[in-house]
Amino acid sequence: MATAMQLPAKQQLGRRVSTALLLRPRLLLALLLVPPLLWLGVIYLGSMFALLIQSFFSIDEFTGMIQRTLTLRTYTELLRPAHLDIILRTAAMAAAVTLASSVIAFPIAYFMARYATGRAKTVFYLAVMLPLWSSYLVRVYAWKLILAKEGIVTWLTAELGLGSWLDALLSIPIIGGTALSVSYIGTFTVFVYIWLPFMILPIQAALERVPQSIIEASADLGAPPHRTFRNVILPLAFPGVIAGSIFTFSLTLGDYIIPQIIGSSRLFLGQVVYIQQGTAGNIPLAAAFCVVPIAVMSIYLSAAKRLGAFDAL
Amino acid sequence: MDSAVRFRNVCLRYGKVVALDGIDLEIRSGEFFGILGPSGSGKTSCLRLIAGFDRPSDGTIELHGRSAAAVPPYDRDVNTVFQDYALFPHMTIEQNVAFGLMVKGVNRRERRSRAGEMLEMVRLEGLGERRPSQLSGGQRQRVALARALVNRPSVLLLDEPLGALDLKLRQQMQVELRSLQRTLGITFIFVTHDQGEALSMSDRLAVFNRGRVEQTGTPREIYEQPSTRFSAEFVGDSNIVERRDPDTRSQEQGVFSLRPEKVHLSTREPVADAHSISVTGEVADVQFHGASVRYVVSVSDGRSMTAVAGNLGSRAELPAVEPGARVWLSWNSDDLHRLRESESR
Amino acid sequence: MRSDASDRKAPRALTAAAVAGLLFLHLPLALILLYAFSTEDASYEFPPPGLTLRWFAVAWGRQDIWDAIGLSLRVAASSTLIAMLLGSLAAAAMSRTRFFGREAISLLIILPIALPGILTGISLRSAFNLGGIPFSSWTIMLGHATFCVVMVYNNVVARFRRMPSSWIEASMDLGADGFQTFRHVVLPNIATALLVGGMLAFALSFDEVIVTTFTAGQQSTLPIWMLTELVRPRQRPVTNVVAVFVIVVTFAPLVVAQLLARRAEGSNEGGIR
Repeated sequence: MATAMQLPAKQQLGRRVSTALLLRPRLLLALLLVPPLLWLGVIYLGSMFALLIQSFFSIDEFTGMIQRTLTLRTYTELLRPAHLDIILRTAAMAAAVTLASSVIAFPIAYFMARYATGRAKTVFYLAVMLPLWSSYLVRVYAWKLILAKEGIVTWLTAELGLGSWLDALLSIPIIGGTALSVSYIGTFTVFVYIWLPFMILPIQAALERVPQSIIEASADLGAPPHRTFRNVILPLAFPGVIAGSIFTFSLTLGDYIIPQIIGSSRLFLGQVVYIQQGTAGNIPLAAAFCVVPIAVMSIYLSAAKRLGAFDAL
Repeated sequence: MDSAVRFRNVCLRYGKVVALDGIDLEIRSGEFFGILGPSGSGKTSCLRLIAGFDRPSDGTIELHGRSAAAVPPYDRDVNTVFQDYALFPHMTIEQNVAFGLMVKGVNRRERRSRAGEMLEMVRLEGLGERRPSQLSGGQRQRVALARALVNRPSVLLLDEPLGALDLKLRQQMQVELRSLQRTLGITFIFVTHDQGEALSMSDRLAVFNRGRVEQTGTPREIYEQPSTRFSAEFVGDSNIVERRDPDTRSQEQGVFSLRPEKVHLSTREPVADAHSISVTGEVADVQFHGASVRYVVSVSDGRSMTAVAGNLGSRAELPAVEPGARVWLSWNSDDLHRLRESESR
Repeated sequence: MRSDASDRKAPRALTAAAVAGLLFLHLPLALILLYAFSTEDASYEFPPPGLTLRWFAVAWGRQDIWDAIGLSLRVAASSTLIAMLLGSLAAAAMSRTRFFGREAISLLIILPIALPGILTGISLRSAFNLGGIPFSSWTIMLGHATFCVVMVYNNVVARFRRMPSSWIEASMDLGADGFQTFRHVVLPNIATALLVGGMLAFALSFDEVIVTTFTAGQQSTLPIWMLTELVRPRQRPVTNVVAVFVIVVTFAPLVVAQLLARRAEGSNEGGIR
């Protein structure tokens, strides 16, 4: 009390403000929260809301003007066979990518969590983190080099005398094409490649949390290693797989760049949204298409929450 | 003596949880005051209110006769030694000790010399350049003490200050804290759950239970005249004796506390006398404690009583009994101390 | 607890699968390095017919690349600053107190990276259009800051949670007011987390393309420049050189951020408990 008297005026003011806030913790909380909430609430949520509202508008077929009256017409348009096709194709791709990346991710995550120690662990961790954070475009670009008709895959298969196998693969209807870089096989490979780290890390985190004693207990009770793996390790790692699948699934649903660079001419959901809002100028339809991944992901997220996947994030 | 801290009907609630429920307390200037209670009894909450980290939901707190309601922690003439010491890991020991001076704008030279004095006082001279992580638990404790005393507060709060130390160090620090307090002459308020520590160190103490004060007084008063069943059982050992005989006079009925060392154990039936009461029972357990021996005896209707006999060597023989032996317990009715039942909630 | 891990031998098949997985993640990047030196300029021929350093010189002389790098750096720097401010404010509020609506706010902070970027992009674009706001480097930055906040927030909030509340109480107890406590106790202890979060935010912004395509007008950031080259290639070897540049520029701060984060975790263990 006495000490406050000796302080210079500037500090006095600081003290008074500090005391005023300390005596009103709610005010302090509000001051801390207002800037981030304003930013995210107004800029992000506000524009998201403005977009979703537009999915209830419709476009006049003759003038091309947007009619600002609430209607469900755009949604009936969304259900046309051609559009449904796109939605299903995208969802199927997302599911396939999720499945494949969990299969490839598991051994890496398992090795990291159970066998790598010290320096090896840091190296593995960095090796997984770096691609996750390094340029997305550069990594997509790398695959354009790899999958090009004159690229390394063609060269390698020719060198190994497997050229006919590659041709056979490419002649499969729907997923094949004239070259890997313009086929669904190519699109699928790149999706798996790009999102793989998002699957490895949550599985690794989940496996890290399985105590060694549980595995020893299982062995002690007479379970052979493959039984321990199937009945003990796999169920405990499952929340990690679900957590990873949230990323792989959501990111595949919304991506429009990978199929644009590597893939066939048949469109994915993200591309349609891009075209509808851009060249086609049909914002209402683009907005309605946007509702699809939001709806799919909210169902997915609530299911994942019930399976306890958020603890593994 | 004027009061350093005064609580008037102080309540503290977190949502529906009641941490303090109507505390009235007066702590006098210059005394070593102990706050004793089991965990969750509200003793740390009480300290946090004095320091100003929390504010009471109800009631008033006065520091040196002035209301502390609108005074933030940094304007209170009170410093704290935290249970986890709360040393700043990014500062050296000297910077930690000089922290209070730095924020007050004391110049560097004076800061160094006063921090040096403090470190000398707690016998840590020469360790000023180290980091907290390089010190042992006992040394950190001393740094925390030096850091809190550098501001020359009128009240020092200590939250379980010795809790993390081993037994030998603890006993040594108990002595040091006492002598430090006598030298400095400032008010020490310390919280502990260890009744031995509270009894041996405090000038006066308050026994806390479930957010209330059960009893305040000198250690001796609390031990000899526990006013509630809780104090009697928490501070030292107690036999609780209930007398509800309709035959006896009303002032002799009620619940009483009887300290085990005041119970005499014998293998023969004692001679009846006007002031003495005796019962018989069977020995359930004999525990050798070195300085004393503790006998647990099952008496009538499944209750058990405890008697403690001092190991006095040749001056008095210890009763040699085995579990299962029939014995008699007797005591002087003056040693029965009537208890007020703890207010039930 | 897993001190025996080194004693255990991984099954050979598992090691092979793990190593193969890592190669799958890294070989494509190595390939880009190779192509940057290729003498072939019209196709992605493998193996390259010859090696040359010519393309580095060509890329160095291209003003459009320098412009794109400049814009990317400006946008990344300003959105990182905003994200550091907003993210640490939110982290301070969320770590110290419990209040109604807390869960909703943490969801709101994470949403911009949890939902596909195309949603953020198209929403912002139509909002700018509705509001009559012209596209500029400011609109790009606005979008980037929105999803960068979570990077700073996550790192700082984790550090706040590990910081015992008694440190702040001790500081105030010793006479420091709120501002002094922030400067002398809180800031030094969250500094590395803030730095790591800022670096990640910077890397995220520097590389972002999906939201940027929607919020940029005529300007191109480096990723936009690359995207244009990918869709309509003009001089392929120059693109390869830029890709190598991007790999180098993003790897360095990421490795530093990782090492910082690991060291901070380590040093706290020897701390006060």
